[in-house]
Parts: sequence; C-alpha cells; structure tokens
Amino acid sequence: MNIYVILKQTFDTEEKIVIQNGDIFDDGVKYIINPYDEYAVEEALRQKEQHGGNIIVVSIGPSRIAEALRTALAMGADEAVHISDDRIVGDEFTLSNVLAAYFNKQSYDLILGGHFSIDNGGGQVAIRLSQLLNIPHVASIIKVDVSEHQALVLRDSEGDTETVEVTLPALFTAQQGLNEPRYPSLPGIMKAKKKPFHHLTLDDLGLTETEIRTKTERISLFLPPQRKSGQILQGELNQQASELVHLLLHSDVKAI
Amino acid sequence: MSKSYVVIAEVRGGKLRQVTLEALQAITIVKEDGDLVAAILLGHQISAISEHLSQYVSGQIHVIDHVDLETYNAETYFSAIQNVLDTLNPHAVFLGHTAEGRDLAPMIAAYLHAGQLSDVISMEKVETEVRYTRPLYAGKAFEQKKFIDGPQVVTIRPNNMAAADTNDSQADIVTIAYSPPSSLRSIVKDVIRKTSGKVDLTEAKIVVSGGRGVKSVDGFKPLQELAEVLNGAVGASRGACDAGYCDYAMQIGQTGKVVTPEIYIACGISGAIQHLAGMSQSRIIIAINKDPEAPIFKLADYGIVGDLFVVVPLLTEEFKRAMA
Repeated sequence: MNIYVILKQTFDTEEKIVIQNGDIFDDGVKYIINPYDEYAVEEALRQKEQHGGNIIVVSIGPSRIAEALRTALAMGADEAVHISDDRIVGDEFTLSNVLAAYFNKQSYDLILGGHFSIDNGGGQVAIRLSQLLNIPHVASIIKVDVSEHQALVLRDSEGDTETVEVTLPALFTAQQGLNEPRYPSLPGIMKAKKKPFHHLTLDDLGLTETEIRTKTERISLFLPPQRKSGQILQGELNQQASELVHLLLHSDVKAI
Repeated sequence: MSKSYVVIAEVRGGKLRQVTLEALQAITIVKEDGDLVAAILLGHQISAISEHLSQYVSGQIHVIDHVDLETYNAETYFSAIQNVLDTLNPHAVFLGHTAEGRDLAPMIAAYLHAGQLSDVISMEKVETEVRYTRPLYAGKAFEQKKFIDGPQVVTIRPNNMAAADTNDSQADIVTIAYSPPSSLRSIVKDVIRKTSGKVDLTEAKIVVSGGRGVKSVDGFKPLQELAEVLNGAVGASRGACDAGYCDYAMQIGQTGKVVTPEIYIACGISGAIQHLAGMSQSRIIIAINKDPEAPIFKLADYGIVGDLFVVVPLLTEEFKRAMA
C-alpha cells in the first residue's frame, strides 16, 4: 500500500505570539509537527504495520521544515519529500495546487493529513487536494479500518459519530482521538538519516508561478485586546454563588 | 454588472441553523444594490424549512430535496450543489464554519478555483475593499485579509455576527432535481447522534467547561446540570479529555474547538495558554477553581475560589430559583 502523509510544521502550542514589524516574530520559536498531522503520521505507521507498504511524508515550506520531515522519518516513515521554492508564496489555493501537481505524478492508495493546522486554522488544503485529485475524502476521522480497496472510517461531526465506507484511493484528515503518536526511537533517529529525502521545486512539478498565484492577501495582523483581570468574589460560597447569579441576570452585565 | 452571492444553508436536527442566518446577514455587508442573494438548501422533506428560510432571503432559494441528502455526505452534497453553482456562477459562496461547512467549502473553492477565507469572525467594507477578520493560532492573534481576484468562498464562525432579519419580500423557491455523483465512492452507513437535542458547543450562548478538576467522567454531571438550566453546552479542557473524563469532541483550545459564547464558565480549569486560546474571546468569563493562583483568574471577569463540586451545584440552584 502506498501511504502518503501531508504535513505542516507549526509553532509549538506553548508559544506566545509576538508581533514585530507587522509580522509574527519567529526568532527562537520552537517548531513541532502540526499536532493533527502527527496523528496522521502515526496512523500511516499503524496501517503499514497491518498491511505493509511504503510511507512517504510530504511538506511544502522553507528549509527548517526538513526537521519536521526528519522527525516523521524517525517515527518510521520511509521517505520524505520536501517541496521548497521561493516562488511558492500564497494561500491554500497555492499550496493545494502545488500538492496536486505532485500527487498527479504519484500512485497512492491513502493520503492522510491533519484535520486543520493549529496556526492558520484554515482547514482547506487537504480537502481541496482531494477535490483536485478527484478522490473521495473523509474529514476529522477518529478510527480507520482498511480492507482491500476500501476503508471503513469513523468521523467526528460536532460530537456525532458517522460511519463512512469509502473506496480507495481516498484522503482522510485526522482528528484527535484517532491514536496516540509514538516518539521517535533512538534507532529510528539513526535510521532516518539514511532514508530517501527528496527535494523538489516548481520546475520539477512542471508548474509556473502564474498558475499558483495566491487568491487572498493579508492586510493587517494584530493581537487580541488584553482582558482586564476581573473580580474575585468574597464571602461564603453560597453568598458568592448568589451574588454571581444576580450579577449575570440583573446588573449591567445582562448576559442571560 | 450585478453579481450573485450564495449561502449554503445548513439543517441540523430538522432545523435551520442559526449560522445560516448569520451568513445571510454577512452578505448584506458586502453586496451592492442589485446583486442577487441566493440560498441553496439541501436535505430530505425540507419544505417547512424552505418556507421558513424564504422569510430571510430576498432573492432565490434553490431547494434540493432527496432521500439521498437526508444525511450529510460530502460527495452527494457536493454533487447536488455543483449544478446550482454552474447556473448561478457566484461571485461569493458563504457557509457556516461548522462540520458541514468546513467540509464543503474547500471542495467548492477547489471546484471554482477560488480563494477561501475560513472561520471569519467579522467583516467590513472600506470603500470597495472588503476586509475579513479571522483568527490565527486559535485566537492568539488575528489577521485581516482580502480577496485578490476570482470567486470567493467564506466560512463564518457561528455566534459572531448578527443574524439576518425577516424580509418583506419572500424569496422565490426554485426546486432543483437532485443529480447524484457520477460515481459514488463513499457511503455514510451510520450516524450516532450524541449531540442531538443538545445545544451545539460552537453555537452555544453559554458554555460550562470542565478541566482536570472534575476528576472523573461522573464529575461532569454537575456541569451538565448547570448547562441544562442555562440552555448551554458543556466543554472541556485538553487535560480532562486526555485523562479520559470526556470525549475529544468537547475539547476547547488551540487543538480543539474555539468558542465565543456570551458566558464561559471554567470549572476546575487552571488555564493553560492552549486552552485560553480557545475561549478568551468569550464575552464574560467566570472561573471556579480551588487554587487562587490558577492563571484562569487573571483572565476571568468573575472568579470564585472554591471546590467546583460545591460551587457548581450552588450556582445551578441559584439560577433555577432566579429564573423560575
């Protein structure tokens, strides 16, 4: 089985966001594999353990993302593809079309990705890709059973659970609860250094800058207004409860 | 030249979702006089819903009523929508940033070669430029974006914009035949509705959330009772989910859902930065925690230092009495 994982590198969730010169300050920031994409990598490994095959992790971005790809290789992926080109500047339209150009030349049974990225949070690239490749997708999956040429998946839909039967090839996006990602082992890290690591540019994909020109543009960036510390209520707990309810129902707050 | 704007209406639990009315209202901010506003409504046995919707739409409602559309399926829904999109040639398509909208929007965007802005919380028109505000890092930052060219797809976050008012002129209801996909490759076999009849977390006006402090699955019970009295929804921190006290579907935070209710009641949640990202835009935040040093108190409008198992039932009783 040919399993592909599309992944993105994001800021660690513990990072505070600082804006400097109109952009997000990234000096000294710790990067991780987007947590949802990490579930996708783990699921690829589990599927390979069950069914055999080859796992290729694919990412688009600057040189630092090689680290995220190496981590996936150390977890057990077989090959990495790093698409890097200064001319790839854009939004989800750009990225999904770059990925589609790559996948159009591959043979795949399963493409896995994260439900969304925790930085930009657009939740578009994977589903756009499935549409561009004309394969079915199921988003936000929490369980997957692959049998010959098809898969039975459970997906989370705002708390409801849907069971979907899909013909392969298909694309799935991973939701929390799908699995518990493993840590790269020391032998895994050693082996990763010898695994195939491909570098591709727009020219390799047969794309021009014009074809992938972004459709959207950022005008400004800002931090949320600071919340002021409020009031810690005092007195017996039952008095506090009654004061709070009064505040919410009858004072200027009028929240209910 | 006049343009057409399309809202993909959403039905959940046999009712039109509030976010559809919010999307309709959002369009009034950007459209010009003379532009067409159309809604596409899909489902099965939805004539009552289409009548209801027609009070809020000035232009047309394209209704596709078929048994195959009873349950959401990306392929059947997209196939049904595709034909209407071909006819309307929309300038922009608006959807709710809901499970359904998040799923359909990128398919539509890819099909139309369109840009998409997801999870928009507000929008404004400055001269001819429309500026869309959306969160980054689950609300640790925000950006304003615009479309450069081409058709546009926008998903709007529930609960953040005003809902449309009823219209004087009722919309024309256009019945569209369902066209199944040329090859159906995915079938929804079963749906377990865990949240039916309950208020959806992302649309709830009041969210009662539990953290590690709830200590067990049963520990959520007092929170559920409070939420019920307030007609709210129950959420959770990652800590509570990781500990197995609740489903990940309830998780609020940078990984998980972002909520912006009128009132957020954090019970036994210390307030890690990842959790705060998911709820700090709530209008009023109330923190209940035994630990007076918990970071959540720095953010909360009102804090009660105390055991949630004592405080939450007291609040439930007080609300019951006050609202009776």
